[in-house]
Amino acid sequence: MNTRTSILIVDDEKVVRDSLTKWFLEDGYRVGAAENAVEALKQMQAQPWDIILLDIKMPGMDGMELQQRIRELDPQATIIFITAHASVDTAVQALKHGAFDYVTKPVDPDYLSHLISNAVKQRALVAENLKLKEQIAEFPKLDEIIGDSPAIQKVFELIETVAKTDTTVMIRGESGTGKELIARAIHSNSERRFFPIVTINCGAMPEGVLESELFGHEKGSFTGAQYRRKGKLEMADQGTLFLDEVGNIDMKTQMDLLRVIESKQFSRVGGNEVIKVDFRIICATNKDLEKAMSEGTFREDLYYRLNVFSIFVPPLRERKSDIPLLADYFVKKYGRAMAKPIASLSPEALDVVVRYNWPGNVRELENAIERAMVVGQPPAIRPDDLPFRLSEKNNAPQTGSLAAAEKLHIISVLEQNNWNISRSAEILEIDRVTLYNKIHKYGLRKP
Amino acid sequence: MRPDIHILNGTVLRDRDLAGVIRTAGEIFDAQVMVRATELDLQEAYDPSRNQTNSTALLAQVLKSAPDGPTKRIAVVDVDLFIPVLTFVFGEAQLDGTAAVVSTHRLDNRFYGMPGDAALTVRRLEKEIVHELGHTFGLYHCHQFECVMRSSTYVEEIDMKRVLPCPACSSSIAAYAPAR
Repeated sequence: MNTRTSILIVDDEKVVRDSLTKWFLEDGYRVGAAENAVEALKQMQAQPWDIILLDIKMPGMDGMELQQRIRELDPQATIIFITAHASVDTAVQALKHGAFDYVTKPVDPDYLSHLISNAVKQRALVAENLKLKEQIAEFPKLDEIIGDSPAIQKVFELIETVAKTDTTVMIRGESGTGKELIARAIHSNSERRFFPIVTINCGAMPEGVLESELFGHEKGSFTGAQYRRKGKLEMADQGTLFLDEVGNIDMKTQMDLLRVIESKQFSRVGGNEVIKVDFRIICATNKDLEKAMSEGTFREDLYYRLNVFSIFVPPLRERKSDIPLLADYFVKKYGRAMAKPIASLSPEALDVVVRYNWPGNVRELENAIERAMVVGQPPAIRPDDLPFRLSEKNNAPQTGSLAAAEKLHIISVLEQNNWNISRSAEILEIDRVTLYNKIHKYGLRKP
Repeated sequence: MRPDIHILNGTVLRDRDLAGVIRTAGEIFDAQVMVRATELDLQEAYDPSRNQTNSTALLAQVLKSAPDGPTKRIAVVDVDLFIPVLTFVFGEAQLDGTAAVVSTHRLDNRFYGMPGDAALTVRRLEKEIVHELGHTFGLYHCHQFECVMRSSTYVEEIDMKRVLPCPACSSSIAAYAPAR
């Protein structure tokens, strides 16, 4: 019994209204009846109706016109025409205007029963689809990007600004700063969010493979091409194409890619069929593309096509205030995944983590926390649980010179004391002027 | 007080052919069931344009001839029934009311060009009588596959279900109090 679906019967013949009302009541539907269009519209305004059975020939406003009025009031209502005056023209017109189906009186009871049942199922699917879309819209917000430092807040602002547009975005930043996460955040907040985001790691593929990955190939186009295969460009239709490590694309593929970006059409490798696509491009690189251009390894025209809106993701060392938040996020994430009751880093471990420079950025931090979660014991991660090279690297000079060791030590003390010059000078057992001189000498700057 | 059930036999079936129906309906509805002769005017409900009999018109006759009180009356006829919007019906009932009508016409294999099977017709009739009476006891169509209250729009569907209501429909019948 379906007590939640409601059916409104609109027919000028009382006997039809009564018999259908009875028929649907026995099926457990909520049923209403109206003898003309005016009455039907009144009922529509009083409460929503899921399915509306509509007679075409009625005195006054006929069913076809009423259908349009109903659509204005409730575009989601399922309309089924039921009439004794069947004609192909009216049927076609009704369906063109979005009617669910069209039946003629008298109706076979089995057919009517299935028709209503199908309408109910279709409504349930539409409702489910809308719900899932809402979930998709809510799911991948900016929440996955952690941080409240001014540097990352600026990135959030840029993401929100560019997401609503269809502009090509170039994300730049060191390896491990979360460029793909930012690409996904842009996609998830864009109008294309219900379509796929297709990622291609351009740096991971040799020349021919990348071409085939991007454009797909026809059967027999090269040795091993046993089947026709869709390329990533086709898969990204209506969605977003994320080209990671775009600076690594070879010159020939750069030219092909440029052509696709300009014409939005291409052919599969070994094929002649022209395929039209509609996608947005987001690309990311940690390379100096300007230098690559001057060296002739990156096409200038492609550079200007891709570098329309640029987002620079700061390295982790330039947003150290985000490290505790990120560390806490990863501890909780791996705590859940490993079912381990470790809730935090000890103050000493947190100190080590904050002081470290993180050349591998957020990715390195995540790996370090994951490892620490494996070896660590509740209730908190201790410095010993962190990868050994952390403390070693942090304290070891980059070169063997005395000046390098002094520079690192000064950085370390300054960072430990949050760049409090007086306190740092006291610990270093030098006066404040000397410390200022050394800061100047080594070109140190407060992050 | 449980309502009595009167079966108004307007078919060629003898009362003793309905003995099983009487027993089954009595058990299911916890009611006293008796067979009475019908005084329905089938001609009045006949529609020559469709060569069928309007079941709603028959239902009105059953109601008009009903005594005061909660007694449920189901007329059994052998004519082809219809309601104006549908091509045919096996029967019709007042939801949570006192009157129902059911026909053997499309329960008989001969309607479908097959050899007659009187026993099968009575078994189908038994289910349809219980089904329509179920509506007069306020039951809606049930989605349980074997429940007698499952909607049947073709005769094979009647064969697939049992004569008994499912536990939920049985509970509703047991808790039934006639609407005033």
